Amino acid sequence: MANLKKVLAGSLSLCLAASMFTACGSSDSSSTSDAKGGSTSKAGDGTGINKDADRQDTSKLHGVDSSEESKKTLTIYCWNTEFKSRLDKYYPQGTSNELTYNELDDGSKEIATINGVKINWVQVENEGNAYQTKLDEALKGQQDSTEKVDMFLMEADYALKYANGDVALSIQDLGITDDDMSEMYQYTKDVATDTATGELKGVSWQATPGLFLYNTKIAEDVLGTSDPDQVQEAVKDWDTFTATAQKMADKGYKMVSGFDDTYRCFSNNMSSPWVTDDKITIDPQIKAWVDQTKEYTDKGYNNKTSLWDDAWAAGQKIDGGVFGYFFSTWGIPFTLLPNTVDEEIKADGSNAKEGNGGYGLWKACSGPQAYYWGGTWICGAIDSDNQDIVADIMKVMTCNKDVAKAITEGEQDYTNNKAAIKELIDGGYTNAFLGGQDHLALLTEAADKISLENKLSAYDQGCNEKFQGAMKDYFLGNVDSYEAALENFKKNITDLYGNLTCDF
Amino acid sequence: MKRKSISYAKWGYIFLIPFFVVYIIFSLYPLFQTFYYSFTDYVKDQGSIGGGWTRQAVEVTPTFCGFENYQTIFTSGSDLLQSFWNTIIMWIVGFIPQIVISLILAVWFTDLRLKIKAQGFFKAVIYLPNVIMASAFAFLFYSLFSRGGAIYDLIKIPLLESVWGSRGVVGLINFILWYGNTTILLMAAIMGVDTSLYESAQIDGATSSQTFWKITIPLIKPIMSYVLVTSLIGGLQMYDVPALLTKDMGNPDGKLKTVVMIIQANKQGDIGKASALCVIIFIVSAVIGLALMFASADHDGKKKKKKRG
Repeated sequence: MANLKKVLAGSLSLCLAASMFTACGSSDSSSTSDAKGGSTSKAGDGTGINKDADRQDTSKLHGVDSSEESKKTLTIYCWNTEFKSRLDKYYPQGTSNELTYNELDDGSKEIATINGVKINWVQVENEGNAYQTKLDEALKGQQDSTEKVDMFLMEADYALKYANGDVALSIQDLGITDDDMSEMYQYTKDVATDTATGELKGVSWQATPGLFLYNTKIAEDVLGTSDPDQVQEAVKDWDTFTATAQKMADKGYKMVSGFDDTYRCFSNNMSSPWVTDDKITIDPQIKAWVDQTKEYTDKGYNNKTSLWDDAWAAGQKIDGGVFGYFFSTWGIPFTLLPNTVDEEIKADGSNAKEGNGGYGLWKACSGPQAYYWGGTWICGAIDSDNQDIVADIMKVMTCNKDVAKAITEGEQDYTNNKAAIKELIDGGYTNAFLGGQDHLALLTEAADKISLENKLSAYDQGCNEKFQGAMKDYFLGNVDSYEAALENFKKNITDLYGNLTCDF
Repeated sequence: MKRKSISYAKWGYIFLIPFFVVYIIFSLYPLFQTFYYSFTDYVKDQGSIGGGWTRQAVEVTPTFCGFENYQTIFTSGSDLLQSFWNTIIMWIVGFIPQIVISLILAVWFTDLRLKIKAQGFFKAVIYLPNVIMASAFAFLFYSLFSRGGAIYDLIKIPLLESVWGSRGVVGLINFILWYGNTTILLMAAIMGVDTSLYESAQIDGATSSQTFWKITIPLIKPIMSYVLVTSLIGGLQMYDVPALLTKDMGNPDGKLKTVVMIIQANKQGDIGKASALCVIIFIVSAVIGLALMFASADHDGKKKKKKRG
C-alpha cells in the first residue's frame, strides 16, 4: 500500500512537473509571436509618399494619450553609458533648459531632471540583437501605450531599420535646420537617412573614422622607431602589414590581438551590402578578411582572442605583447584608455599622466585601409511626449560647436563638427593620452574618405556577429574548411533572419 | 446528525481556482497556440519595423501551410538531429556524475551508523549552487575557462575551443547546479524507508554495501525514476548554459547547439518553424516521460503479484 502511494505520488508530481516544463518551453515562443501589432513595413516601401506636397509632419502624429507620469519622464533607450556620460557632462553648458542634478558616488553629477522632466535610461545589452528586440517591442507598442519612448539610440549596423522604419521623428520636424547641421560629416547623415523619403531621421555627435593604434614600446623594439609617420610606412598596405607582422612574430610579439580586429577595415570597404533584396551575399572583401585572418592565425600573428574578451582587453596593457589595435574614435577613450591604465582615471584627472600603465605610450597612425567603426545616432521617437527636450538635446549635443569642442578636448572623442575639429587642430591640439600626438588631423583625413554608398543593410549586426562567430571555428581548425564554416553561418543566419535566403 | 458532517470539499475547489485560471491563461492557451502556429507560415522580417504612423503597415499574418514547417525541420539541411544529439550528450555528461555523487551523499547523510555532524550546514552548502542563476554560473565559467581566464592560465588548454572540452564544461556546470537538489530528493526517499529494515539487516550481519544494493536502491526506485525523468525533460530544454558559453553560436562546429537554442534563434524570425520545434520537443518529452513511468510502474506491479502469489 505504501508502495502504491509512493508510485501514485511520484507519478502525480511527475505529471505536474512535466506539464510545467512543456508549458514553459512553448509559452516562451508564443508569447513573442503574440506581440501586439506584428506589423512590418518592408524597407524601401512607401514609394507612394509624396515628398513635399502632402508630407506628414511626424511631430504631429499621436497615438493614445500618454499618462501624466510619461509626460514627466524622458525615456531614453540605449545599450551603454557612453551617451549618458556625454549628456551629463556637456549638455548643461549648451542648454538654456533648467536642470537639476544627482550627486554620484565618484563625485560627479548626473542630470536628474530637465525642465522638471526626469530622465529614465533604459539600458539593454547590444550583443545578439537583444537591444533591437527590446526597442522594437517598445516602438511597435508606442501608438497604444500610455508610457512613451522619447528618444532612442542606434548603431550604423542596424540604423537603416529604424531610419526606414516609420518610427523615428524626422529631424526637420524637430526644428533642426540644414544650417544647424552644416558642419556634420555627410556619411553620418547618410547612415540615418530614410532611403524611401530621403528624410533625415537621426543625428550623431560623433564621427567614427578609424585608426591603427600601436604600442610605442613594441614599435621601438621591433621597428626601431615610434614616430607615427615611420610606423605608418610599416603598415601602409596589407602586404607591408603582413611583412611587419612577421617581424613582430620573430620577436615574440603579436601584430593584432584576435580574429575580429581587422574585420571592420574589410567590411567597410565592401562593394555591396550584406543583404540585397532579401538575399545574403559574401563580399570579396569579407572573403579577403577570412583568408588573411586564417593566415595570421596559422602563422601566430595573433593571440586567437575574440573581440571584447578579457584576453583581448589584456593585450592592451603596455606589456600585453600586442603591437596594435584597430580602433575608431570612441574606442580610444572608451576602450583602450580604461584597458591600458593600471589605475582607473579619477574624476579630477589627477592620475591621467604618463606612468599610469599605458597612458601616453600608445600612438596612432592611419593603418592600411580607411574605415569607420560604430558610432551612435540619436533619434526621437514618433509620438514622444517631450519633443521639445528631445530637440534641444539633439541641437546642443550634435550642432553646437562649443559643446563639440569641449567633448573632443575632454573625452578625446572625434565630434561630428568639422568647424570645431578644425579650430582644435589650428589651435595646436595635442592628445596627452597618445603621448602628445595630434591624432585629429589623421582622423580628419580618414573621415573625409568614408563613404557608405551601397554598403549598409538593416541586417548588418546579425550578419557581422554570426559570420565572425562561424569563422572562428575555421580559424581555430574546429572545422576542416571555409566551406564547412560557411555552411554553419548559413544555418545560423537563416535561423536568425527567417525571411532571408543565402546566395552562396 | 447529518448537519454535523459539513462538506468542506467545495473550499478545496475554490482555492484551486486561481491556479487553474493562471494555468489556462499562461500555460494551456500558449500551448495550443504553439500547436496552431506550428502549422502556419509565419515569418517576421527583423530588418524592418513598421510603426504604421505614416505608411500602411504591412501586417504579417500566419497562413496555414500544413506540415511544411515539419518538413523543413527534418530535411537534410537542418541541424535538428545534430542538436538533439548534442543536447542528450551534454545531459548525460552532467547527469552521470550528478546521480552518483548525489546517491553517495544521500546515503552518507542518512546512514544510521555514520551519524554525520552539522548535517544542516552541509545540506545548505550542497544546495547553495542551485540557488544561483544558471546564467551567472555560465558567465563565471566562461571567464574562468576562456583565453585569459584563471583556469586557462593554469592548464594552458583552451577547453572552450574544443568540442569535448566545452561539452565537459557544460556538463560540469549542470552537475554543480543540480546535484544538491538531487541529493535532497534522494535523502527524503531514503529517510522514507523503514529504519527497522536496516536494523534487522544489521543484526543479520549485512554489510553497508549489501544494505545499499539490496534495501536502499530497490526501495527508492520510484523516486530515482522521478529524478531521471525530470532531469531528462529539464535536460532536453537545456539552453542558457551552452548559449551563454558560446555566445548563442553553439560552436565549436555547432556541436554545442541545443534544440532550444535553435528555437530561441528562430523565434524572432520564423515563428512557424520555432513552434514546430517546440511541438517536437513536447512530443519527445511526453514519450520519454510516459515510457519511463510505465516501465517503473510495471516493475512494481509484478513484484506485488509475486509477493501475493
